Amino acid sequence: MRLLRIVPDDTNFDFIRFRRISFPISALLSIVALVAFFTMGLNFGIDFKGGTLLEVRYANNTLNIADVRSRLESLDLGEVQIQEIGGEGEVLIRVAQQPGGEQAQQQVVSKVRAALGEGVEYRRIEVVGPRVSQELLSYGIVGLMMAVVCILIYLWFRFEWQFALGASIANFHDIVLTIGFMAIFQIDFDLTSVAALLTILGYSLNDTIVIYDRIREMLRRYKKMPTDELLNASINSTLSRSVITHVTVTLALLALVLFGGRAIHSFSVTMMFGVVLVGTYTSIFIASPLLIYLGVSTRAMAEKAEKEAKSANSKAERLAP
Amino acid sequence: MLYFSKWKAFAILAVSAIICLMAVPSLLSQSAYDSLPSFLQRKIVLGLDLQGGSYIVLQVDAQSVRKIRLEQLRDDARRVLRDAKIGYTGLAIQGEAVEVRIREGQDVEAALTQLRTLALPIGGAMATTGQLDTDVSRSGNTIELAPTSAGVQSRTIQAVSQSIEIIRKRIDQLGTTEPSIQRQGADRIQVQVPGLQDPSRLKALLGQTAQLTFRLVDNTMSPQQALQGRAPAGTDVLTSQDNPPVPYLIEQRVLVAGEDLTDAQPGFEPTTREPVVTFRFNTNGARRFAEATQANVGRPFAIILDNHVISAPVIREPILGGSGQISGNFTVQEANDLSILLRAGALPVPLQVVEERTVGPGLGADSIRAGLIASIVGATLVALFMVATYGLFGVIANIAVAINVGMIFGLLAMLGATLSLPGIAGVVLTVGIAVDSNVLIYERIREEARAGRSAISAIDAGFSRALSTILDSNITTFIAAAVLFYVGSGPVRGFAITFGIGIMTTVFTAFTLTRLMVALWVRWQRPQRVPI
Repeated sequence: MRLLRIVPDDTNFDFIRFRRISFPISALLSIVALVAFFTMGLNFGIDFKGGTLLEVRYANNTLNIADVRSRLESLDLGEVQIQEIGGEGEVLIRVAQQPGGEQAQQQVVSKVRAALGEGVEYRRIEVVGPRVSQELLSYGIVGLMMAVVCILIYLWFRFEWQFALGASIANFHDIVLTIGFMAIFQIDFDLTSVAALLTILGYSLNDTIVIYDRIREMLRRYKKMPTDELLNASINSTLSRSVITHVTVTLALLALVLFGGRAIHSFSVTMMFGVVLVGTYTSIFIASPLLIYLGVSTRAMAEKAEKEAKSANSKAERLAP
Repeated sequence: MLYFSKWKAFAILAVSAIICLMAVPSLLSQSAYDSLPSFLQRKIVLGLDLQGGSYIVLQVDAQSVRKIRLEQLRDDARRVLRDAKIGYTGLAIQGEAVEVRIREGQDVEAALTQLRTLALPIGGAMATTGQLDTDVSRSGNTIELAPTSAGVQSRTIQAVSQSIEIIRKRIDQLGTTEPSIQRQGADRIQVQVPGLQDPSRLKALLGQTAQLTFRLVDNTMSPQQALQGRAPAGTDVLTSQDNPPVPYLIEQRVLVAGEDLTDAQPGFEPTTREPVVTFRFNTNGARRFAEATQANVGRPFAIILDNHVISAPVIREPILGGSGQISGNFTVQEANDLSILLRAGALPVPLQVVEERTVGPGLGADSIRAGLIASIVGATLVALFMVATYGLFGVIANIAVAINVGMIFGLLAMLGATLSLPGIAGVVLTVGIAVDSNVLIYERIREEARAGRSAISAIDAGFSRALSTILDSNITTFIAAAVLFYVGSGPVRGFAITFGIGIMTTVFTAFTLTRLMVALWVRWQRPQRVPI
């Protein structure tokens, strides 16, 4: 049986030179993402905005969306979004947060129930009060920052500081692009989105570290090789792995996007974008070439090794009587 | 790297098998599960988003805790000063303190001593912190009693504990399976009730304080007059829950309260067949009710639940037997729920619903189906791709991943963890990432072989070089999962659990099972050439 080989063995692409194209592209995309974030904003779900969400189903084609709309509008609940979902008479109703504290939110559900009357199946009801939504938002932000800091500390211990910095810049780039994506397509930003962002963070780092690991190994082994050549060799030799893993994760995510159901749809789509489109691109085209600017070079490594050897020697001399 | 002693190989297989087998009880039917010995009775709990149910977070309002404490202080201060025969004026709640003016200057010291007895050590008499729950201070002839914030906090915590007990009693009456009622933080209670069709009934049961009182109706003026002018001292205007609400002028003095009930049952009024709630007082309540009704024959009294008048019947004759009934145009369910509330007792403070998430059983079943299909499709696609790319080694990778997934479920069962839909997504994602460790190893083997090593030496070097990379890359992902577990709640936490466990099992299988399988293959085939 002939085995599938996506990346030929003798691939030798000059990723480092390609940075003259990839860096401007990334800068441009980041600017687009930031502009989208600040102008369009994120489509906050009720987790962070507070309010009420109801998913209802009308049996046997009894759904009359105009009727639902007029009934709900007569309730005078402020902003009400009504969206038909799926093909089986299902409607998603979102009611904005009501003025008047926690108690007011609770009355929305009973009002909507009364307005819609009998013959409706309530598949999902979520009510998030103003206090909880505030907390969830701050937890989400704190969580993201905590993850970045923890990972940075780990990388700093495990690698040189240049690698830690490079990985965090790359990471930041991932998060910015993903948030921009969510703003442009107005994907629901809720708790699962925070989960998606954190997973993208972890996954993209995973990818970056595999390449960094190789760079570190090569730096130790080939002390005379020019830096850009060494970086290129590291990326190329791990390229086959990057692509294959990329494909397997894409396949798994594809299954989630297509069959995973609506409850996790925004999660799956965000992950698909973040992991598949951004994460891998970043580790190859951004994180690794970045190291050149951060002062990683074969010469620097050699000098450092020499210095360490010297100080170890002098220490040994001092210790020796 | 490729040598395994017999014992080590056995240990690896045994550990994997045992962990996988821990998942089996979760697959059994309920009766088979119950027949297992108790140490095997550990299974994965389906999240509310999969089995349907309600998740409700209630909050004790610190402001009302403070208010209740202030009212209590005011009443205690009145009693203490009266008992000590100290003259005072203007005893009232002013903002966040109770203030009282002592008439005579020479009494102030005595009053201070008496009022200081009202300040109690926080955490009860056995407490060692020495902090008091009330500040008693004087300025001139005025004495101020202010609850300290530490005192309010400890009362809030107490109120949460008491409320949890009462909520548990109320929910147990609903007859649902395995409700979970937990404290969340200092002032919140998290209630999870699986498999409930109608959350509004649950919320009605949780949201009511259920403070029942019997009080006399004041007939000296009509409630309308009282609303327009000045209500007589010691009375309130309360309304019924009819539409439109009917006002009543009610005396503040409580004849008997809900604490004195020993039982409450739903029933029917024999003549009208109307649903009612029958109740019985304890000895103390029965005596007080008998005295009150004897003294007030011909006057109406009101039955009040949480500041709403349920009914206001006229006392036709003294009620001496210590039992009675409440009728108030109830439906059968309302009568039933009211009797549940009365049996379980009143909450010490009002609770507010601050978050509610309910998933109907229909959507839950749909989600299970979606999760199952996505898992099967995802796993199949990944498995096919691995075989296409690595042939026999792909099969080895797939076996390792399958055992990996089995171990995830086994560990989930051991922890009694909850599996939510995002949790299933975590498993699917793990499948995608778990094969990565195999990919890392295999690609490294290929590279080493290309560099001119013999097959066995390439395989050996491939493993030893790839493993440190696997460890490094998975630790960072694990950090992200751990943070997610820490900050997340509900379904997100479910994702963090399966994802985190998945990372651990992935590293374990890469270091042991994959290596063992490849080692066995090498020993059996003695390959001259790397087959990938």
